Amino acid sequence: MPVPTAIETKDLRREFGAVTAVDSLSLDVRSGEVFGLLGPNGAGKTTTIKMLIMLLPPTSGTATVAGHDIIHEPRQVRRSIGYVPQLLSSDGALSARENLDISGRLYHIPGAERRERIDDALQFMGLAEVGDNLVRTFSGGMVRRLEIAQAMLHAPPALFLDEPTVGLDPTARHAVWGHIRKLREREGTTILLTTHYMDEAAALCERVGIMHLGKLVALGTPESLAVEVGPGASLDDVFTHFTGSDLDAAPGGGTYRDLARTRRIARRLG
Amino acid sequence: MTSLERAASPVAWAEPPPAVRFLLDAWTVAQGELRKIAHDPTELLTRAVQPVLWLLVFGQVLAQARAIPTGSLGYMDFLAPGVLAQSALFSAIFFGIAVIWERDLGVLHKYLVSPASRLSLVSGKALAGGLRALVQAVVVYVAAAAIGVHLQIGVVQILGVTVVVVLGAAGFATFSLIIACLVRTRERFMGIGQVLTMPLFFASSAIYPIALMPSWLQVVAHLNPLTYQVDALRAMMVEGGTATFPIALDVGVLTFALVVLLLIAGRLYPRLAM
Repeated sequence: MPVPTAIETKDLRREFGAVTAVDSLSLDVRSGEVFGLLGPNGAGKTTTIKMLIMLLPPTSGTATVAGHDIIHEPRQVRRSIGYVPQLLSSDGALSARENLDISGRLYHIPGAERRERIDDALQFMGLAEVGDNLVRTFSGGMVRRLEIAQAMLHAPPALFLDEPTVGLDPTARHAVWGHIRKLREREGTTILLTTHYMDEAAALCERVGIMHLGKLVALGTPESLAVEVGPGASLDDVFTHFTGSDLDAAPGGGTYRDLARTRRIARRLG
Repeated sequence: MTSLERAASPVAWAEPPPAVRFLLDAWTVAQGELRKIAHDPTELLTRAVQPVLWLLVFGQVLAQARAIPTGSLGYMDFLAPGVLAQSALFSAIFFGIAVIWERDLGVLHKYLVSPASRLSLVSGKALAGGLRALVQAVVVYVAAAAIGVHLQIGVVQILGVTVVVVLGAAGFATFSLIIACLVRTRERFMGIGQVLTMPLFFASSAIYPIALMPSWLQVVAHLNPLTYQVDALRAMMVEGGTATFPIALDVGVLTFALVVLLLIAGRLYPRLAM
């Protein structure tokens, strides 16, 4: 039996003025898979995610998420997805429980079940003790865990994580990884995540796609890509091989804006 | 249920009918905003300082000077409804800043990826903006009573004032949200917010009767929703206060403006997250 496809894009394309951010992207993510979209800043990873979760209409092409077309079945797609943005999506002026309650209500989870799910989610993410505290008092790792709990409260078949550990210290990163793995085991959720940390892709993803200047330039398991590049190649070597960008060369360092954003997120999380 | 089964049937909970869904979603958004105020009311309370100053300083001085003819109505009685409308306007017009801030943080994205309709999301924001103004209304009533404004304290009048304050403030909050969607950054918004509030305020009957204005300004005042809000408030809030227009017209104009603004805001809202 073939493995069903959870996310499928066909010639997906997005232009911003003269710039083509995503260029004829065709990609299949299998059901239950953790798929990593890698690439330097400006490669088109976030733009791809934004089209799949319908924050941004494609210039041309289409995609299906959990069997629903992003152009023609917006409501069904929205009900089928959870999303954790690169930025901070939990409201610092509210408690963790209140944040979760808003998420639950927006998906019309009935009252008793909503409360049960919120308790369960807080427990699962190790936030049960601090559920009634304001989120602005949380550490970066706690906020990320809460955001994942919020995105998963309505048990969506597909979860999108945009750079889930940017700005976190190593301990918090490993805790978030652990929770993503546990979640995937328990719920069987299909997860599409973007990252530019190669160790993160190697630790979490079954398959990775490498994007460069809007195009998919490599696709496969981390191991198979490494073999392709040469004996003893690490995922870092794979990345450099396919995007042609080492640490100092353009466009690998990102723009001033990318840098400002990453620093801002890091400051907020720290 | 396995992931495959769920992938085939993601609709896990029965959905309420669209109209009920709209109201529930709008209320969810509004309730979130109100909870934030409950956690930290400082911002809202500091905004209440300004109207109190208008009443106590500006009002007292002009009343002494007898510079503005307001007929049989004393100037303080004339001014109090104007200051109430003004305080609602000033607190609502910067509502958009908070929305841009939510976009910068990423909180906005969480709402926009949910199945809630864009119109229900902005309606919830508008409702919150309207209800916030009631805090200001309480402060203005207390300050006005303290300096001897002849307030009407009947149930009908208080209810009427409540409705008109919420309608007007919700409209200006939505207007602010539309500007936020267009300018997209806090810096630009601050500039535009300042530029807009003063003309709205001065081209209305808030602090002087329309009859005193030059004719071109009278035309502007007749197009300004604040004029209709002040007009209705003046009839209901103070003893001896009269409305220039029928109150039904005032409420009609405010409702119409709110609906049109909500429809525009609902269309523009997703642009913030692009």
